Amino acid sequence: MTVQIKQAEGSLPDDNGHFGPYGGRFVAETLMVPLRELQEAYDKYLSDDDFLNELDADLRQFVGRPSPLYLAERWTQQLDGAQIWLKREDLNHTGAHKVNNTVGQALLAKRMGKTRIIAETGAGQHGVATATVAARLGLKCVVDMGAVDIARQAINVYRMKLLGAEVVSVESGSKTLKDALNEAMRDWVTNIDDTFYIIGTVAGPHPYPAMVRDFQAIIGREARAQILDQAGRLPDALVACVGGGSNAIGLFYPFLEDRDVAIYGVEAAGDGLDTGRHAAPLCAGRPGVLHGNRTYLMEDDNGQIIETHSISAGLDYPGVGPEHAWLKDEGRAQYVAITDDEALDAFHNLTRVEGIMPALESSHALAYASKLAPTMDREQIIIVNLSGRGDKDIHTVAALEGIKV
Amino acid sequence: MSRIEDCFTKLKAEGRKALIPYVTAGDPEPAISVPLMHAMVAAGADIIELGVPFSDPMADGPVIQRAAERALEHGTRLRDVLAMVAEFRQQDTSTPVVLMGYLNPVEVMGYETFARAAAEAGVDGVLSVDLPPEEAHDLLVALRGHGVNPIFLLAPTTDDARIERICAVASGYVYYVALKGVTGAGGLDVQSVADKLVQIRRHTDLPVGVGFGIKDADSAAAVANVADAVVVGSALVKKIEQNAGQSDKITREITDVLARMRAAMDA
Repeated sequence: MTVQIKQAEGSLPDDNGHFGPYGGRFVAETLMVPLRELQEAYDKYLSDDDFLNELDADLRQFVGRPSPLYLAERWTQQLDGAQIWLKREDLNHTGAHKVNNTVGQALLAKRMGKTRIIAETGAGQHGVATATVAARLGLKCVVDMGAVDIARQAINVYRMKLLGAEVVSVESGSKTLKDALNEAMRDWVTNIDDTFYIIGTVAGPHPYPAMVRDFQAIIGREARAQILDQAGRLPDALVACVGGGSNAIGLFYPFLEDRDVAIYGVEAAGDGLDTGRHAAPLCAGRPGVLHGNRTYLMEDDNGQIIETHSISAGLDYPGVGPEHAWLKDEGRAQYVAITDDEALDAFHNLTRVEGIMPALESSHALAYASKLAPTMDREQIIIVNLSGRGDKDIHTVAALEGIKV
Repeated sequence: MSRIEDCFTKLKAEGRKALIPYVTAGDPEPAISVPLMHAMVAAGADIIELGVPFSDPMADGPVIQRAAERALEHGTRLRDVLAMVAEFRQQDTSTPVVLMGYLNPVEVMGYETFARAAAEAGVDGVLSVDLPPEEAHDLLVALRGHGVNPIFLLAPTTDDARIERICAVASGYVYYVALKGVTGAGGLDVQSVADKLVQIRRHTDLPVGVGFGIKDADSAAAVANVADAVVVGSALVKKIEQNAGQSDKITREITDVLARMRAAMDA
């Protein structure tokens, strides 16, 4: 079977990568021609049956797709409202949705004759997913990671090294995900000829936001077919966490034309939106230009990017994918925020009630669903994207409880 | 005619090439910037590129990244940089000043507000590293409306169609990035630069400056043989870093480098 990737004709972005006023291609001149070449290769292989069949086979046999859509019955009973169904991206190989995209981009890199893969990572999930596909395809792999994130995600750093990747510690700026992205861009501009940059989220210069979305949209395509099959109807609401926003757009995109389906993106409120210590550009930021695209940002009055805070390293990013900025302005999706404490409660609840330990990123989506469900009828349906598993976070959770693992 | 055009016309008549130093405004602290600009002119600089510090300098190597961090620690904002240019203009009304930086501080100030303030301060050109012509329309309108030259980069990867497109909207001069990489990188190949300049000049009569990889008098002289202007940045900013806290020494070392480059270029 050949997977169909693009949705409707005429859907965004336009030819220059714009989603309304957002997106685009804001990079130094050296990258403009390589980005055009990437765009051309991507357009070509999107309609190439061999490529699509290989991608489909990889997603089934290497990633383990389709991922189940699971009715969380006990949790639903406790919340006493709408049914909560979980899209189990945590069951993918490497433990999160990130691998859907790295498998696709790595196949593209191979087709383009690139021999070296680079990636940025925050929590390390995208780095692990990239190192994994690089190992499988025999490609050299370099992962840029902020020094602060390296210190708090030691297990994923070691996983990447076991997989044969070189992990570069980024010491500039705030030493977190945004600085890792800067460093990966610098590597790419220096090694353009043999290097393919696998961006892990739906941000960056065109065509990345569209390409990563297209590779992640399998989440929503499967979920849509599964809920029709298992419940006999479309859901009433979708909920997903938003850092850069790739798992969220992956779930949302195939439902955008289903106007009766409400869409909620959940940002990290950190210590609380009113404290300033958060990572919620859509809820509390404003538009600007960073990392190759125009989007909502966390910035000060002088246009400097400000440091973010979230308990979840994967949400600790001052920007967001430009398509989310557009969906917000258009009113098609609503963006809300969940604090560290609320996410932690959801982490424990799901673990104890359903026997599923969610990633702290996904716990933000779960926490919002637990607020939303009681306001809805028992016949109604919420699909939550359980974007990753929580094994990587047990040290963070244990440390908060004063336990040394 | 703009100050930049005047400058290149005069140099051409004298058979000389422009020397363009880059320093980040406010590095290592704001008080040094205006005196340093004057000192660089005295040492032989023809145009000054003044860096606007940004928190996420994606196209810069470690030397200029750290310069931006030092400047930001002292709170150097875009409006402070404009004030420095205005102060510089009180004594120097002829040396062109080009602001070089990233788009977001300009975006947040607003294009029209920025263009007006830049012109009032005496800024002659603006180079936004992460703004290709495809995204530049609104800023171009604002800059042209206030007589400020938009400066654009050309790169080794830039093909004929893009050279044509970029030179059609650029004015003042164009800036050829001599190598694939970030500021401060090594590996300058003067022959490949010369070949690319032939290609660029098929599309434009604008002066072509060359930067990235120029470290000393020899490389400056070699590039001056083929280009209209030589841009030197990281080699100067390194002197600031090595001597932070000693303003006199910073000024002396930077003017030494520039004077040697000037002499080699004019020889």
